[in-house]
This record gives sequence, C-alpha cells and structure tokens, in this order.
Amino acid sequence: MRLTAVAYGLLALFALGVPLLGIYPVFMMQLLCLAMFACAYNLLLGFGRMLSFGHAAFFGAAAYATGWLVTAHAWGPGAAIVAGVVVAGLLGLAVGALAIRRQGIYFAMITLALAQLVYFVCLEAPFTGGENGLQGVPRGKLLGFLPLKSDVVLYYVVLAAFVAVFLFIRRVVHSPFGQVLKAIRDNEPRAISLGYEINRYKLLAFVLSATLAGFAGSLKALVFGFVTLSDVQQSTSGEVILMTLLGGTGTFFGPVVGAAVVATLQQYLSDLVGGWVIAIIGVVFVACVLSFRRGIVGELAAARWLRRAPPPR
Amino acid sequence: MAATVPPTADEYILETRGLTKEFSGFLAVSNVDLKVRRGHIHALIGPNGAGKTTFFNLLTKFLIPTRGAIIYRGRDITPEKPAQVARAGMVRSFQLSAVFPHLTALENVRIALQRALGTTFHFWRHQATLGVLDARARELLELVDLAALAGVVAVELPYGRKRALEIATTLAMDPELLLLDEPTQGMAQEDVERVTALIRQAAANRTVLMVEHNMRVVSTIADTITVLQRGQIIASGSYAEVSRNPQVLEAYMGSADTELENAH
Ligand SMILES: Nc1ncnc2c1ncn2[C@@H]1O[C@H](COP(=O)(O)OP(=O)(O)O)[C@@H](O)[C@H]1O
Ligand SMILES: [Mg+2]
Repeated sequence: MRLTAVAYGLLALFALGVPLLGIYPVFMMQLLCLAMFACAYNLLLGFGRMLSFGHAAFFGAAAYATGWLVTAHAWGPGAAIVAGVVVAGLLGLAVGALAIRRQGIYFAMITLALAQLVYFVCLEAPFTGGENGLQGVPRGKLLGFLPLKSDVVLYYVVLAAFVAVFLFIRRVVHSPFGQVLKAIRDNEPRAISLGYEINRYKLLAFVLSATLAGFAGSLKALVFGFVTLSDVQQSTSGEVILMTLLGGTGTFFGPVVGAAVVATLQQYLSDLVGGWVIAIIGVVFVACVLSFRRGIVGELAAARWLRRAPPPR
Repeated sequence: MAATVPPTADEYILETRGLTKEFSGFLAVSNVDLKVRRGHIHALIGPNGAGKTTFFNLLTKFLIPTRGAIIYRGRDITPEKPAQVARAGMVRSFQLSAVFPHLTALENVRIALQRALGTTFHFWRHQATLGVLDARARELLELVDLAALAGVVAVELPYGRKRALEIATTLAMDPELLLLDEPTQGMAQEDVERVTALIRQAAANRTVLMVEHNMRVVSTIADTITVLQRGQIIASGSYAEVSRNPQVLEAYMGSADTELENAH
C-alpha cells in the first residue's frame, strides 16, 4: 500500500509540474480527457460488467452540445460544460433504459445501434456543421474571470476536473451503491434472489458512466477548439474499450495507464509511421490480451498480491 | 407440531395449483398441487431431472409458468417479479453455490442486510456507513462458523464454506419461507451435519422447503416429504409413509424391494 501512495505522490508532482517540464500542455490535456473517458467507461465495464460499444455517443454528444453553445450562443465555458454533461446523462438514460433489457453481446449491440443513430444525427443536424464539425470553438473565461485561452490555466482546470472525476469514481465504487453494483456484476440471479431490482442499479451505473464520459467530451471540445464527427464515431468507442482493457478493467488506475499508452503511441508514432499507428495499436492490443489479460495495472496488482502472504484457506 | 392447530386459511404458507412448465413441448413440471404447511420442514425429493429445480424457479419467478397459480400467504403471486417475491419473504438458495465471489464473506452477508438501510442507490456516500450492519453480519457468519473468515474474499473459500456462506446470506433476509436447493450437495459428512443442524435451527421460526438427495438428512429433519418424478407428484407424506410407497421405491431403484435409505 505504501508503494501505491508513493506512486500517487510522484504522479501528482509530475502532473502539477507538467507546464514547467516543457511538456506540450495540449497533449497532456488530451491525455487527461481520454483518461477521464476511460475511467468513466471502466465504471460501467469493470464494476458493472456491462460492455458498451457506443460510448462515443455520450462523449461526442456532450462535445457537440458544449461546442455549439459556446460558439453559436456565446455561453460561458462553465455553463456549456454543465449543459454538455446533462445532455450526455439524458442520452445515457435513454440508451441505458433500452440496453439493460438485454445482456452480454445483445446489450452491446443495442448500444452500438443507438450510438450509430446519434452519429447520424450529428452528421445531419443543422447545427453540428456536418462533415466539417464545429470549428473555432472559443474557450472563454471560466466563471467569468479565469481565462482558459492560456494553455497553462486550462491545463490546471482539466487536471482538477480529472482528479475530481477519479476520486468521484472511487467513491461510487466504495459506496453502498457500489457494493450492490459489484454484487450484481458477480452474480445477477443471486442479487435478484436477495430482493434487488437489478435493472435500476444497472441503469444508474450506465447513466453515471455516460455523464462522466460526457464531461470528458465537453472538456475535449474546449481543449482543441473544435468538435468533429470523429468524436461520436465508432472508432472512438473502440478506442475507449481498448484503453480500458489495456490498462486493466476493474482497477482504478488501469484506464489512466491505458489512455496514456494509447495517446502517446498516437502522438509520437503517427509522426513516424503515419496511418500505420492504428495497426500498431491493434497489434499492441492483441499482444496484451493474449499475454496479460488483466491489463497492465491488473497484472502489476496481481503480481504484488502474490508476493504477499497466501490467502487463508 | 402444527397438528394441534385447527386448519385455517393460513395453515399453509404456500400452495401451488396445477403448476405446469413446458419447455418446447417437454413437461418439466406437470400439474403440481403442493401445499407447504406453515412451520414445517418440507422436503422435495426425486430423481435427477424430475423437475425440482424448475419447480423452485417457478416459485421464485425465475421462470414463468405455462399454467397454474402460486399462492403465497393467501395471495396469488403468479404475476409478480422475482425480486418482489424475495422481498415478500420467500427467499431461495441455488443448487450451484451462489455467492458474490469478489466480495468478502462479510460483504456477502451485508448485501442481504443492506436494503433495510434504504441507501442502496446512494453512490455519493461512503460504504463505511454500512458498518452499522457489521455486527449483525458477524452474528450470521458466526451461525455458520465463518466468523474467522469474515474478511476473506468469497472466491477463496473452499466449496463447503461457500455453501455455508450462502446459507448465512439467505438467513440474513430473515425469510418467512426458505427455499433450499440441495443445500448439502457435494459436502463432506461433517459439513452435512453442521448444515442439517443449522436448517433445523433456522426452521424454528420459519418454514423451509428443501430439495435434498441425502436421505439421512431428509429422514431426520423433514416433517413432510413430497416425491416428484418426471414433473409430477407421485407421493406425499411423512418419511415412514413415503419410504414404503412402492411407486417411490420403483422410481428410485427401478425395483420395489430396495430400501430408500440408499437412494441417491
Ligand atoms: N431452461 C430449460 N430449457 C429446457 N429444458 C429444461 C430447462 N431447465 C430444465 N430443463 C429440463 O427440465 C427437466 C427438469 O430439470 P430440473 O428441474 O433441473 O431437475 P432436477 O432439479 O429435479 O434435477 C430436465 O429434463 C431438464 O433438462
Ligand atoms: Mg436440481
């Protein structure tokens, strides 16, 4: 446990010092947005064992809502983020309510189909900019005074948001609700036989996950200053699954590591190998799934656990 | 025990009327009329594939009956949902051990106690608020000799201990009617005795309907025995009555000469 505390401490120092270390803050912000997205996804997959193939819908819809409100209606960034998050939450409620009636792959297929629907709405709707998306999204001033135009200021805002979401997810998992969610994940019939209406708990988990995914999307819209169809696209849904599995589902920090690996590979390899980066990430993914199924953080945790005293029998 | 009480409307806690389940033309449970007397330990026996588990699934609404009605505490519960039935006090265990593998033994029991707090949807609260249930959870674990393993994740418990944990969790619901599907299956003899004693103890203030293959257990604790074969009731009564029934002996051994004692 002490090792974990030290690791978190070093990480916090690093995160706070990023602007001084000469690391490109936009890259770090992108990484944090992806990490937040992956953490949100992990809440659903890792702790609720629900496999969604359509999480880009929530990420992208929130990004569009936020981007549109600040661009076309001159909303402040704070209110626009809240609106984006609400849109994602409501969308999550609708998609979740339909999807939880089925399980496993059927659940996944419903999320996929509904996410495609959201994609087409974003393609065809008059206010989303069609193929071009929304360009020139202004960052504005948070709460009317904090100038987000500065990459450094925005970086700290995104960092604070990420830390808040990370701690929030920990709380959800370690809450009375989290206990029930884990019970349902472990054994649905048993949870039913103890009087739980499991679909309501699954739906709440789905809405929470969609809401947080939306938060990540809204932030991303401000960070990059544009929203495009790729934010609601199937490939983005695939990417978040990849990041989560790569880092380790059901661990708290796994999705962050997964996001860091994927974002770094994309950033640095795409300069070297161009379009091949997708193929390389695919190979890394397959190698991971074949050689360490628990993901990077999952395997590390398992290795440490084994070194400790064996469990009582 | 209940014989001295005059027959009243609530003499029977559970009654099925013509309960039937068809799986694509195959009758797994066929026209079963069963009455479970309040306060009794009622055993349901029968060869493998007789439809006992299916019958349990019908009672607890995990399966929708093709025909027939289920009356629980004088109320027709046929259209209700499984979680609803559980909350009404009819709680089941499963034939294959059903624990929450990644929760500790204590947490497993606490899941059953947790609903009473009314905070099961509170995702913003810390689970430390569930601590008020720990004393009760430990009591229940004590009951099945699991107190020392309260902090162990269920997946690491040996099979017999998992089944004991399952019983403790079921008892945590304080059910009025306890449905146990082969609670001693696959257990070592000493565990069987412990569980048998526990069922007898639990039955002191509730009704138990149990599927059980171990005839020694059935003969010692069951007040009433119902024998199911190919989805139908072929005999019902005390152990003495049922064990002499030629049809029952036939069903078990294919011959009327053998004693039921060895049946499995
Ligand atoms: N879901 C199902 N679909 C089709 N057949 C089933 C199903 N569940 C049980 N059966 C069949 O019903 C019969 C009774 O099974 P079961 O109730 O499990 O028997 P028991 O518990 O008495 O051993 C078996 O022949 C079994 O194959
Ligand atoms: Mg059975």
